[in-house]
Amino acid sequence: MIDFACIRMVWERDIIRYFREKSQLYGSLTRPVLWLFVLGMGLRGSAGAIQNVNYTQFIFPGIIAMTAIFTSIQSAISIIWDREFGFLKEILVAPVPRTSIVIGKGLAGTTLSLIQGCIILLLAPLVHVHIPLANIVPLIIVIALLSFGLTGIGIVIAARMTSFQGFGTIMNFVIMPMWFLSGALFPVKGLPIWLNALVRINPLTYGVDLVRKLVLGFSYHSPAFDLGFLIAFGVLTTAAAVFFFNQGEY
Amino acid sequence: MTPAIEVSGLARRFKAFTAVDGISFTVNPGEIFGFLGPNGAGKTTTMRMLCTLIRPSAGTAKVAGFDLVRRHNDVRRSIGIIFQDPSLDDRLTARENLRFHAMVYKVPRAEVNSRIAYALDWMELTDRANDIVRNFSGGMKRRLEIARGLLHAPKVLFLDEPTLGLDPQTRSRIWEHLLRLRREHGTTLFLTTHYMDEAENCDRIAIIDHGRIIALDTPARLKAQVQGDCIHLETADDAAAEAEVKQRYGVEVVRDATGLHFEVENGAAFVPGLLRELSVAVRTVSVRPPTLEDVFLKMTGREIRDDEASGHEKLRSRLQRMGRAGR
Repeated sequence: MIDFACIRMVWERDIIRYFREKSQLYGSLTRPVLWLFVLGMGLRGSAGAIQNVNYTQFIFPGIIAMTAIFTSIQSAISIIWDREFGFLKEILVAPVPRTSIVIGKGLAGTTLSLIQGCIILLLAPLVHVHIPLANIVPLIIVIALLSFGLTGIGIVIAARMTSFQGFGTIMNFVIMPMWFLSGALFPVKGLPIWLNALVRINPLTYGVDLVRKLVLGFSYHSPAFDLGFLIAFGVLTTAAAVFFFNQGEY
Repeated sequence: MTPAIEVSGLARRFKAFTAVDGISFTVNPGEIFGFLGPNGAGKTTTMRMLCTLIRPSAGTAKVAGFDLVRRHNDVRRSIGIIFQDPSLDDRLTARENLRFHAMVYKVPRAEVNSRIAYALDWMELTDRANDIVRNFSGGMKRRLEIARGLLHAPKVLFLDEPTLGLDPQTRSRIWEHLLRLRREHGTTLFLTTHYMDEAENCDRIAIIDHGRIIALDTPARLKAQVQGDCIHLETADDAAAEAEVKQRYGVEVVRDATGLHFEVENGAAFVPGLLRELSVAVRTVSVRPPTLEDVFLKMTGREIRDDEASGHEKLRSRLQRMGRAGR
């Protein structure tokens, strides 16, 4: 099941391509910067203080979550491109277990997401968010865990999608709803029942919550519960990714 | 000696459509074995089954002595595959493509660099080793794919339409490489094609149509099934020559502006006698042996379609040329 050479190959390939494609790197950084500085600053006056932090500071953990979900899923659905442009066949006919391909892909999405997430973390001082040094390592672990689970969702989508209907579809039906319903942009207290229910079943909610605890020092759920939910989420999506990826004929 | 490929009653259905309908054949080690047929005949589906990409609906097959379904990882280790559509990562360099291939095929670490150097040299790509594949020509990409397919020294090399869409010069160059590969390494080649001249390079050919093998033999013996050779004759007086040929040899003669056309059983043996016996002065005589095209025509009652690429492939290559946003 575990073939380290295969995991490394899938992982290293994605990393090489990421750094070779500079426009993708810059493009994926403009989005969080726009949200943080334009939306965050713009709404700061009218939103008032939440739990003693201003609105820009409040959405900072949500911007990290946004980076994680965009990067992870985008990285995973490159499988669709690999299928369309042929390279996937080269991996699939190799004498390697498909589970290892999925794990390699998951680790690649996690790595790229971490790189982008760390760049966002560097912006923290600009919005007067001061992360305790001791929280940096736990924060990286939490972002990695969240990203690994999100990459799993991306792989499931890629395995089920037979043609490239485009990133737009996935963005509208998966990424944006998950992000908006995660409490990234508003406190998840005192919401209408229907909205609260959607927020509560969204795995990203617990990622945002735990990141918020580590970055701003407060959360809406217990950190232990958040962590447990994220681990379960990672295990579940990886299992689903392995199942669907193994099932497909190419 | 274990056959390189042993296929028995292999079939594959896609919902209501039967792409491959119970085929059986054996390929010997070191043989160049060709699958000839029009698009949609079942060539690629057979290839995809033999490469473990899709499972057979019925029948069994062994590749390099391993059962296709039960020992698919051993099969994968023993084969190299050159797909019809490109399967390179064109954002990587030639060397990176080869290195990653060596990685997943577990080429011993100490041998990786020397094997990559050898494969690049073999395919005359050494000076482009560190260039991004996207900028390669079609022929270079194809050569790189062959180099990659050879990296783990496969016993059997599968080639699905290996020269589709390439210009004639590039095609013959690739064939030189393939023939040399067989000569020097004894690699078994299994290929599909719908190019007749390409099929001529094979030791044996299976003609496949509507998912069934309708003939399987050497190119020479297949062609022998078409009666005789085609003779083209130009003389000082075609009308007189026509009458004389008809009367003397009892064959059907077609006379047109370029001269006389007729068929005889053995052209090479027939011509000396013709020149000796014919009273009309002969200006030129040519003997054209039957081609596989004639064989295919006779077997299936229609000509092999030679359309280069399907609509989907064209769309794909157009998209590839476009920016590929989001990739």
